[in-house]
Amino acid sequence: MVKDMVLGSEAVALGVKLARPKVISAYPITPQTHIIERLSEMVDNGELDASFIRVESELSAISAAMGASQAGVRAFTATSSHGLALMHEVLHWIVGARLPVVLVNANRAIGSPWNIWTDQTDSMSQRDLGWLQVYCETAQEALDTVLQAFYVAEKVLLPIMVMIDGFILSHTLEEVVIPTQEQADEFLPPYEPGYFLDIDNPLSFGNAAKGDVFYNLRKDIQRSMEASFGIINEAHNRFDDIFGRRYDLIDTYFIDDAEIVFVIAGALTGTVRVAVDKLRNMGVKAGLLKIRYFRPFPSDLVRSYLADKKHVVVLNRSLSFGSAGQITQEIKNALYFEEDKPSIYDYVLSLGGKEVFVEDVVKLALNVGNLETSKILWRE
Amino acid sequence: MDFRDVKNIEYMNQGDYACPGCGAGLSMRHALKVLGEKTIIVMPASCWSIIAGVFPTTALQVPLMHVPFATAAAVASGVKNAYKKKGQDDVNVVCWAGDGGTFDIGLQALSGAAERKEDIIYVCYDNEAYMNTGIQRSSATPPGAWTTTTPTGNPLIYEKKDMFNIVASHNPAYVATATIAYPDDFYLKFEKAKNAKGFRFIHILSACPPGWRIDSKDSVKAMRLAVESGMFVLMEKEQGKPIRITYKPERFIPVREYLLLQGRYRHLDKNTINEIQIRVNERLKDLDLS
Ligand SMILES: Cc1ncc(C[n+]2csc(CCOP(=O)(O)OP(=O)(O)O)c2C)c(N)n1
Ligand code: SF4
Ligand SMILES: [Mg+2]
Repeated sequence: MVKDMVLGSEAVALGVKLARPKVISAYPITPQTHIIERLSEMVDNGELDASFIRVESELSAISAAMGASQAGVRAFTATSSHGLALMHEVLHWIVGARLPVVLVNANRAIGSPWNIWTDQTDSMSQRDLGWLQVYCETAQEALDTVLQAFYVAEKVLLPIMVMIDGFILSHTLEEVVIPTQEQADEFLPPYEPGYFLDIDNPLSFGNAAKGDVFYNLRKDIQRSMEASFGIINEAHNRFDDIFGRRYDLIDTYFIDDAEIVFVIAGALTGTVRVAVDKLRNMGVKAGLLKIRYFRPFPSDLVRSYLADKKHVVVLNRSLSFGSAGQITQEIKNALYFEEDKPSIYDYVLSLGGKEVFVEDVVKLALNVGNLETSKILWRE
Repeated sequence: MDFRDVKNIEYMNQGDYACPGCGAGLSMRHALKVLGEKTIIVMPASCWSIIAGVFPTTALQVPLMHVPFATAAAVASGVKNAYKKKGQDDVNVVCWAGDGGTFDIGLQALSGAAERKEDIIYVCYDNEAYMNTGIQRSSATPPGAWTTTTPTGNPLIYEKKDMFNIVASHNPAYVATATIAYPDDFYLKFEKAKNAKGFRFIHILSACPPGWRIDSKDSVKAMRLAVESGMFVLMEKEQGKPIRITYKPERFIPVREYLLLQGRYRHLDKNTINEIQIRVNERLKDLDLS
């Protein structure tokens, strides 16, 4: 175990290396590039024993990862924004094929117009696929989550998308504890696929299926999503035992006695933490609920924290046009059966990297009595 | 290899979903006899997505992976790299794609894999249209041919895309054309492909009775006349060597005999047939065949 100052992207690459994937396929896009540059370097200098396939598009990046996974080895890819959108068809296919591919997405807006800065539109547009989704706040969390992702994916037999915010996490230096390979190996055993493209046991994968079979296959995906809570918790416990760092499906900050709770996912959580500190100093009972796992969505846990609160301000960085912020939809869904629900505010905090200052969040809390719950709230 | 040696070896099960007389089913059956049991098939959307059977049945005795339409060559790259990393480099990873999945939507992935010298075999069974979706035009559809999206004939300003040379320009280990109407030639080419290392591509002409508007009993005859008329030339190119014509008829028959066997060309007038003949003659001249 060593401590080092690394970029968020590099933390991801270190996590991937510790997981010992056999095939990595990737195509460059800002702000994901540092991840794959670092991984290419590791493969070229022998630090990482993997094939690195420099494909000609993201569609091929995810396709090659899928092929490798179906052939029975650990496979990884990373992308962002337009790249993730281009992968869409294959992202679906991987779920149906029940392949534990791990993908890191550096969150970035999608054009038009061109914009390379962060928001969560790219990954939120992929929320209904059957991929597990985790949003990271820090470089340490990114490294640790990548390692956990392989463990969880291979047990649930569903793929996982790990999100890091473009630039504010990918391109920011942070102090990170880098686990040893021995620790990583103890946490993550070698991948043993149940079924794969095996010349000694030839099987066909993906043959046409009629409605009744197809229906049951889809039911199984939902059941696995529901069962994945247990596996994720187990992974978090194991991780804590081996590395001494504790993670959960969600994270909270000053929530117990809070009257106003901010809900957010991703690296802007840090800004909200500082805002909560300020508000507490001013005597305002503010708190924070950070969504780590967005899929499966931990509704029970969220309900247990938010049901008795007065105000819940959801800070979205994406929205479903014509409806609401995707995180708000989940929070409302989780609290639907509560009799005495909090007031839930659907706030679009930032898109395309529009800057967010601590003061913006503080003002929001001070003004909470004047906010409407019946419509999307926008910044000035 | 002599195909009499493998006449009793089958890697395709009985009861597949191909139409009677389907060239695609026949071609797979014979290709697998050469490729053998250490073969993995990667199959994009096509008629073969159905021919392979409906769950829980399967037409193949070798591992098979169905994949989205545009992805075959990229998926196969992933499979092959995985196998290399497992220390089992002797497995044939084979894409089995239609003309739509090769000439059109899968071309980018194919070019990428060829350029990266991926150690895979890419087979295109070319029935000259999108057959699975009901006979729509692809860029492999010959000028003049009727399809449901070219109801008055594929405009003559078009030319069938030259896949052989497109792939050859990537300098692959092996590139060939073949058709199961010439089984000895077909077997030799699959054997060469199997024994070469690097990117290998075989373009096979594959008759489709419903799409070509022919009687199923005429399927092999149609593929044969395509070669005898010079519409489809049997050739190959090994890396570092010039293009080699692998079969030359004593005398080419007029394309009319090939065209008029098929309902998809029945609407053609004399002038159009002449125009097609002129183009075929020019191509044969380019190949030093006339
Ligand atoms: C992305 C996408 N677009 C369209 C389709 C519909 N589709 C399925 S098979 C097919 C035709 C395939 O044509 P070809 O590759 O020539 O094979 P054939 O059916 O002729 O054997 C099409 C258009 C699809 N499956 N995926
Ligand atoms: S439509 Fe044509 S290619 Fe498809 S199965 Fe029938 S004969 Fe074969
Ligand atoms: Mg076709």
